[in-house]
Amino acid sequence: MTIEAWLRAAIADADARKLPGLKPLLEALAKATAALREADFNDDAKR
Amino acid sequence: MMTIEEFGRRLRAREVTSAQATEACLQRIAADNPALNAFILVMADEAMRQAQQRDKELAAGHDRGPLHGVPVSIKDLIDMRGTPTTAASRVREGHVAERDAAVITHLRQAGAVFIGKTNLHEFAFGTTNEDSAFGPAHNPRDTSRSPGGSSGGSAASVAAGMAFATIGTDTGGSIRIPSAACGIVGLKPTIGEVSTDGVVPLSRTFDHVGPLTQSVTDAFLVYHALLGDHIAAPPAPMPLHGVRVAVLRRYFCDVLDEDVRARFEEAVARLRESGAHVDEIEIRHADLISTIYLHISLPDAAAYHASALETIPDRYTPNVRMRLEMSRYLLAEDYVRALAGREVLQREVDAALTQHDALLLPTLPIPAPPIGAATVEVAGKPEQVRAMMLRLTQPFNVTGHPAISIPAGNTRSGLPVGVQLVGCRHQTDGLLKIALACEPRIHPPSTGV
Repeated sequence: MTIEAWLRAAIADADARKLPGLKPLLEALAKATAALREADFNDDAKR
Repeated sequence: MMTIEEFGRRLRAREVTSAQATEACLQRIAADNPALNAFILVMADEAMRQAQQRDKELAAGHDRGPLHGVPVSIKDLIDMRGTPTTAASRVREGHVAERDAAVITHLRQAGAVFIGKTNLHEFAFGTTNEDSAFGPAHNPRDTSRSPGGSSGGSAASVAAGMAFATIGTDTGGSIRIPSAACGIVGLKPTIGEVSTDGVVPLSRTFDHVGPLTQSVTDAFLVYHALLGDHIAAPPAPMPLHGVRVAVLRRYFCDVLDEDVRARFEEAVARLRESGAHVDEIEIRHADLISTIYLHISLPDAAAYHASALETIPDRYTPNVRMRLEMSRYLLAEDYVRALAGREVLQREVDAALTQHDALLLPTLPIPAPPIGAATVEVAGKPEQVRAMMLRLTQPFNVTGHPAISIPAGNTRSGLPVGVQLVGCRHQTDGLLKIALACEPRIHPPSTGV
């Protein structure tokens, strides 16, 4: 799942659960997750 | 206030009793707790009974060791049989511990006197102590400021003379952060050394239990008691000459308050002048520490809190509830990436310590923040308080290395600054030996802090 798809789904779920306060937290988490996925220690089936 | 070491000498010389020391702590609590809110539960009657019993034992020739008759406070995240473990949360309403946590069992055997249970950030999930069902704890140096967290009430209790020592927990810095903010010593041992049995978890991967004390010698004594070794004697002082220390610069010194930087550099200079060999080194991937930490600690917290979040969400304080809810959205694949990152960081810190006896860095990049502040200005830029508080401590929760915070003087406005030493994994005693040697040079004698 891409970060963008994950963030869209997470925000939609938070809204459905009437937790709009989660949106900025999830957006910040998405940035942290993007940094983690770009790290040079990650395995990659293509490499 | 006397250190445990000094109290022990005077106790055995019959110059003071445990009952007198306990009474003095209870008087300090009565005078100052209304302003500091350090305690959730004060166990005055039980503490006096324990102290009188310890005095009778000593008079009869039964000496349990260095913690005999010493009044200590306990973070209210740790089970003590017959008392509630609130975790500073309404989620725990009605809880009463049926048995002691392993560390409480060890402290009872060591003869400690339990004076009360201390305030914390709800479920230890925060660094300022602001989100507590019992209201925020306050910093004894300046009551408009946070004592740090999550063991904020614990640190305040020792800094204000309400207890000789306290037991805290540290998942991202929760012993070292409040120790630095309140001007005392805080030790996070190597991961797994001190039992977390009977301690409400935040992240079972990163949780540690350890002491907050007035000196490194006291930290040694309490740490050993927590291990079940209640007759340990501190090592003889070693010379600083030839001790190899590595200062961590990139990332670790990039964002520092001006006064914190000044006190840190002064401590480094004093260590050099005393004969320590000081190098400067880098830890690769340091800028990924917080994201690795988040992607492991948040799923741990989510697993523990999932049921309560579904059934009684309104009992959490709003900020803690929101962060726990966020934790439930992380993906398993990112958790696995973070586990890989953790191994990489462990190897990098291990490698840095092959050529050095200890790593040296500030504990907190900022002094204790004002209560309620979401951001603080550092070097002219606004920075998030939470990120600042965790920045320099959480690396060693991720890697598991032992780390100790030692007071290093004050800012110009009188707020404490802490310096952190980090040692080899599974060599907490080795770190304490280095810390004993460094303490008089890190701690500027002129301030008496």
